[in-house]
Amino acid sequence: MERRRVVVTGMGAVSPFGTGVGTLAESILGGRSGVRRVPALEHYEGLGSLVAAPVEGIDPKIIPRKHRRTMSPMSVYATLATEEAMRQARLDKEHCAGGDMGVAIGSSVGSTISTQQSYSDFFNFNSLEKMRSTGFFKIMNHSCAANVCHALGITGRVLAASSACSTSCQTVGYGAEMVAFGRQEIMICGGAEEYHPLITATFDIMNASSRGFNQHPERTPRPFDRDRDGVVCADGCGVVVLESLDSARRRGVPVLAEVAGFATVCDITNMVNPSTDYMEICIRKALEDAGLTPDRIDYINAHATGTDQGDRAESEAVGRVFGPRTPVSSLKGHMGHTMAASGALEIVAVIELMNRGCIPPTLNLENVAPDCAGIRHVTAVEFEETSCVLKNNFAFGGVNSSIILRRMDHD
Amino acid sequence: MTEEEIIKRIDASLAEEFELDPADLVPEATLFDDLGLDSLDMVDMVIALEHAFKIKIRDEEEIRKIRVLEDIHRFVIHKAGELGML
Repeated sequence: MERRRVVVTGMGAVSPFGTGVGTLAESILGGRSGVRRVPALEHYEGLGSLVAAPVEGIDPKIIPRKHRRTMSPMSVYATLATEEAMRQARLDKEHCAGGDMGVAIGSSVGSTISTQQSYSDFFNFNSLEKMRSTGFFKIMNHSCAANVCHALGITGRVLAASSACSTSCQTVGYGAEMVAFGRQEIMICGGAEEYHPLITATFDIMNASSRGFNQHPERTPRPFDRDRDGVVCADGCGVVVLESLDSARRRGVPVLAEVAGFATVCDITNMVNPSTDYMEICIRKALEDAGLTPDRIDYINAHATGTDQGDRAESEAVGRVFGPRTPVSSLKGHMGHTMAASGALEIVAVIELMNRGCIPPTLNLENVAPDCAGIRHVTAVEFEETSCVLKNNFAFGGVNSSIILRRMDHD
Repeated sequence: MTEEEIIKRIDASLAEEFELDPADLVPEATLFDDLGLDSLDMVDMVIALEHAFKIKIRDEEEIRKIRVLEDIHRFVIHKAGELGML
C-alpha cells in the first residue's frame, strides 16, 4: 500500500498563556510560567494542591450562539485553535465542505463543568426541572470534534480519541495515518481540556499533585528536578492541520514540519505507574516507523509532568535509547499539564520553536534529580538548529505514544 | 400583572436566553425561520418561560402549536389568567 508523506501546514493554540501559537512560543522562550494559585481550590476539604494553569480571558461570545449553545469551554478552545490553524494553512469553506477533510480532536472526558451545571439537580434531587436540552452535547465524548465540524462546516471523518494524556499525540498520529494511506486529504488533529477542580482532586487523591508550592505557584511543576512534587493541572487546546506533502505543494502552502513517525502501545504492567520498558518500546517503534536511528534525533520533548515515577521512568527510557548527549526538556514547567491537549499543544510549540532554531528548557529544573540523571537536560534556551525531534506522551491506562517531527528544509 | 407586562417579560427573557435583537421580536415573527430557533431551543424556551413566570407549562399540549411569537404571548397570557396572575 502506498504511504504518502504527511506534513503539518497549520497550527493553532489556546494555552494558559492565551490564544495563539506566537503567544505560546514567546512565553516559553521568555521563561514565563502559566501556573497560578486558584482560590476556588481552597473550597474543597482535604485538597492539598491549590495551584493550576487555567486558560483565562477568552470570551466565548466571539462564536455565534447557534454553534456556541452546544459548546463547553473545551469546544470553544478547539474551535478557536482550529480557526487559527486553518488560517495558517489557507483552508477555506470549500475545503471544509468537500468531505475530504476530517477532524480528530479528543479530550480526557466530556465537560465536567457542564455535567455539574446541567445535571446537579438530576443527581442530587432526581429532578429534570433545570435540565437544558443542550447539556448532553457538551458532555458527550466527541463534543470537541463534533462542535468544530458544525461550527466550521467540516464534513469528513470525525474521530474523538480519548486516552487522557496521550489523547492528542494519538489524534495527530492516527490522523497522519489517515492522510498517509489516502483515507482523507486533510485532517485537523488535536486535543482539548477544560480546567475543573475535579482534575486537580483526581491527581491529589492519588498523591500525584504538587502540594508544596502553593505559596510560589510559578516554581511548580518541576520536571526532572530533585524537589519535584507532582502534577499541576492545566487546560487549553492544540491543533495541527495535516495533509500530504503533494497536497501542500499543489496548494502552494508553506510546510511547517513532516510527521515522520508515530507509535502507540499499551503498557499493561500497571494502570497508573509507568514502566521504563514500555516507554522504550514505544520510542523505538516510533523510530522504526520513521526509518531513523536514535542518533538522527536532535531533541526530545519529554512528557515529564513532575511526578516521581513518571519522570524517573522516562529519563531511564530516554537514556537507554539515546544515551547522554541528546537534549531533553519538558514544557510542563511552563504551562503545567494540559492533559488531553498536552500532546498537540506541545507538538505545536516544538514545531514553532524548531522553525525558530530554538530548543526550549525545562522551567524550574534547578537541580537534576539523581534518578533523572544520565540524559542531557536543557536548562536554558539553546539556539540550535534541529531537524528531527521526538515528542513523548504517556497516559493513565498505560497508553504510551511517541511521535517524530522533521523539519522539511533539513530533508 | 398586565398583559403588556407579560409580553414585555416574555420578550426580555427570550432575548436574553437566545441572544436575540429586541427589534426582531415582532408578534408575527416565526420562531424557526425569522428568529432562527430550532427544536432544541423550544425545549429551553419552555424552561426560560417557566423560570420567568414561576409556572409549569412543559406538559401543556398547546406548546406544540406555537409557531410565531404572538402564539407565545397568547399562551402565557391565557395561562396567567388561569392561575389568577392577571
